[in-house]
Amino acid sequence: MTDSWRDYLPRIEQLATGLGLSYNPVDFEAVPESFMMEISVYGLPVRMPHWSFGVRYIYQLIQHRMGHSRLFEVVFPGNPGRAYLAKNNSLAENVLVTAHVLGHADFSRNNLLFYNSQKQVGENIVEQAANHARQIGRAIEEHGMQRVEAVLDAALSLEQHIDMHQSLQRDRYPEYLQPKAENKEDEFRKRFASLDPSTQFQTSAGPVRQRAPIPPHPERDLLWFVAQYAPDLEGWERDIFLAVRAESFYFYPVFATQIMNEGWASYWHARLLREADFLPQHAYVDAVKCHSDVVRPHGNGEHVALSINPYHLGFSIWEKIVERDGLEAARRIMREDDDFSFVRNYLDVDMAEELQLFRFKAESNGRIEVVEDDLHELHDALLAPKYNFGAPSVAAKHIRVDGTLELLHDHKTDGRGLDVERGKKVLEYIQRVWRRPVILQTVDDKGSALELRIPF
Amino acid sequence: MDEPESTEGEPSVNGWYDLFSRGARDWLRHNEKVREAVREHLPEIVAGADVVGGGSRTVRVPVKMLEHYHFRLRRPEEQQGVGQGPAKPGDVLAKPSQGQGHGKGAGGNDNGGIEFTLEFKVDDIVDWLWEEMQLPNLKARVGRSDESDWVREGWDRRGARSRLDRRRSLRESVKRRAIQSESSPAFTDDDLRFRQLSKREQPSIQAVVFLLMDVSGSMSDRDRQLAKTFFFWATQGLKRQYRHLDTVFVAHTTEAWEFSEEEFFQVNGTGGTVTSTGLNKVREIIDDRYSPARYNIYLFYASDGDNYVEDRPYADAALKKVAEVANYSGYLEVSAMSQQHLGTEVGGLFKALTTQGKPVGSFAISRVEDVWDAVRHFFQHQAQDQTT
Repeated sequence: MTDSWRDYLPRIEQLATGLGLSYNPVDFEAVPESFMMEISVYGLPVRMPHWSFGVRYIYQLIQHRMGHSRLFEVVFPGNPGRAYLAKNNSLAENVLVTAHVLGHADFSRNNLLFYNSQKQVGENIVEQAANHARQIGRAIEEHGMQRVEAVLDAALSLEQHIDMHQSLQRDRYPEYLQPKAENKEDEFRKRFASLDPSTQFQTSAGPVRQRAPIPPHPERDLLWFVAQYAPDLEGWERDIFLAVRAESFYFYPVFATQIMNEGWASYWHARLLREADFLPQHAYVDAVKCHSDVVRPHGNGEHVALSINPYHLGFSIWEKIVERDGLEAARRIMREDDDFSFVRNYLDVDMAEELQLFRFKAESNGRIEVVEDDLHELHDALLAPKYNFGAPSVAAKHIRVDGTLELLHDHKTDGRGLDVERGKKVLEYIQRVWRRPVILQTVDDKGSALELRIPF
Repeated sequence: MDEPESTEGEPSVNGWYDLFSRGARDWLRHNEKVREAVREHLPEIVAGADVVGGGSRTVRVPVKMLEHYHFRLRRPEEQQGVGQGPAKPGDVLAKPSQGQGHGKGAGGNDNGGIEFTLEFKVDDIVDWLWEEMQLPNLKARVGRSDESDWVREGWDRRGARSRLDRRRSLRESVKRRAIQSESSPAFTDDDLRFRQLSKREQPSIQAVVFLLMDVSGSMSDRDRQLAKTFFFWATQGLKRQYRHLDTVFVAHTTEAWEFSEEEFFQVNGTGGTVTSTGLNKVREIIDDRYSPARYNIYLFYASDGDNYVEDRPYADAALKKVAEVANYSGYLEVSAMSQQHLGTEVGGLFKALTTQGKPVGSFAISRVEDVWDAVRHFFQHQAQDQTT
């Protein structure tokens, strides 16, 4: 019996394409577990250095030691896609994981958010990120760790503050206001002028071009805004901001479709496994066991979990959709939706009940209580951490004559003010690259206006 | 490792991933930043650290992991989340916990919490602090030339085989052959050069510091802790200067004794204070073991300032006897309570000598934060004394 992954790969792929999956070719590579862990910490196989990744790395290491997590695969969209499999996966695990990866590859090629993002960022994020890392390595050599780190402190702390509706290559605002269409002599003007000849309309006193205010509207694409308008930013510093922004453009769809995407991949590994009659019995059994470990609703021995497993949630919703509406309908939803519409449209009362989802309130003293069922509220509680890339809505509002940057927190949308201490620290980061005072308007815990300012 | 090895049937494996860890690199950088941060607050941190005794050459400082800050919403009174499992509305899944302000509710993505320990070498700390506080380096008293040593000095054609300088001998050989015929031998006896040693007198670089402490009943544990911390760092400062620094511990009440370092800080005396006994003991030890001709002598005396008034003339005389042979004598008044800084009996004693222009100084501290001010004061004062 030739029990080898290489032999199974073409058969799994054949099965997948037969069922309608369409994906770019995927390069598979087996890597040590330590490297898997780093990929999950950095989000990319090779990424710019920053001390904050070191902190995440240690947390991950501790969690890992405590046996909380095991990583089987990480896959990056692109052409070709790149899949990393843990070296110590068993054959059965690798078979399952391969099917899972193909599900992801199908998703990232066809889902609209991924499609748009890759149209901008390109289909080679892994290489790009490695380039950014190299670029920053050179900057460190040239300008020193301290200076580069100051830029990265600011840029990475704003990494969620992009505007996905803007394009990656985005021009500066037009410098002048569009001249208003000249008012033709109309009846009203004639009559108005005749009232008092001394007050004349200022008509066509030469085209006075008026400078457009910066920004013309509150700007939420903070990485771009700082890169373009920071008064004394040097070229290499701007490049770092833009590199971080490009990576954020890549990360956004990953973040905003996590439930759908993991669910889709889990649906496909389950289905491909079911239909893979070429698998020997033992491999099949092992793989099924692995599947149920991955998509179980909560951790070992727990009955009630205070979080949801996106694999399980997404998997359950997809199963139901396919069962009810067929594969074609499911593929359409996969192409068009993101987690927001997916959860709101397809997580219905029956399913919430079936999955035993509940909403809870956690008081600051540690008391946690399950609250009344309400589908709408359940959706909100589930999706709240995902709005706006998971970050508060902060926009650049104005640059004063002296270069002071005014930021505005949209506390009405967010429902409450910003954490003051953290806010100040972020302003300190920004101030070091903006090199002029930075001000942030938010509200305090009583809802009255609060202005943070660096330097004080 | 050059080619991705293609083990049969498995996904291809690149060997180089094992070779380095980006995570570890960034973690080290994080630790470096923590060190920098700690360094900025070093005086406060190490002043309180229990460094003395145990002979440990490192200070362990507990630190928290740094947080890379992002904009976050204010933590609400009440958070909500979604869970999964058999739970009905009204079920209480966790009870209020005492003490902790925030439980680990939903989301709980706070990076606070984990503490770890960084070790700092005492020598590094002292170096940083001296730079930071711009403390002067002390100069040994010059003019003493007791310590002598053999030093290398020049070359000779004769000498012991072990002192043969091959390089120089070869050079001589090359020089000779350059002007002689080609058949001349590679080496002759005349080519050989031997290193010479001569006896050279060196300035004294030995030093001794006397740590004298009042351990009478009026000295509280806290006072003693203050003295201990001060002694430690002052001694470290001297060690920067002197390759050989002896430390002598003397404690006194109405009597005085010499102690080992371990015993010294444990000593608990009762009863009154007679400063002269302590100072006389110091002088006695100097005469016994530390000839002023060979040693740079320092004295630090820690006391709460109380002394029997009757002892004043004796103490004065004893202090003069020490001060006349010492490079410097410092008096540290430790008193958590006293507001009468240096207005005490002992304070007066040292003050009188200071006004006479002797290399003597005083400083009063009441909190552990003041220890550095004291160290700074004494070292700057000493340096001034030396330049004038």
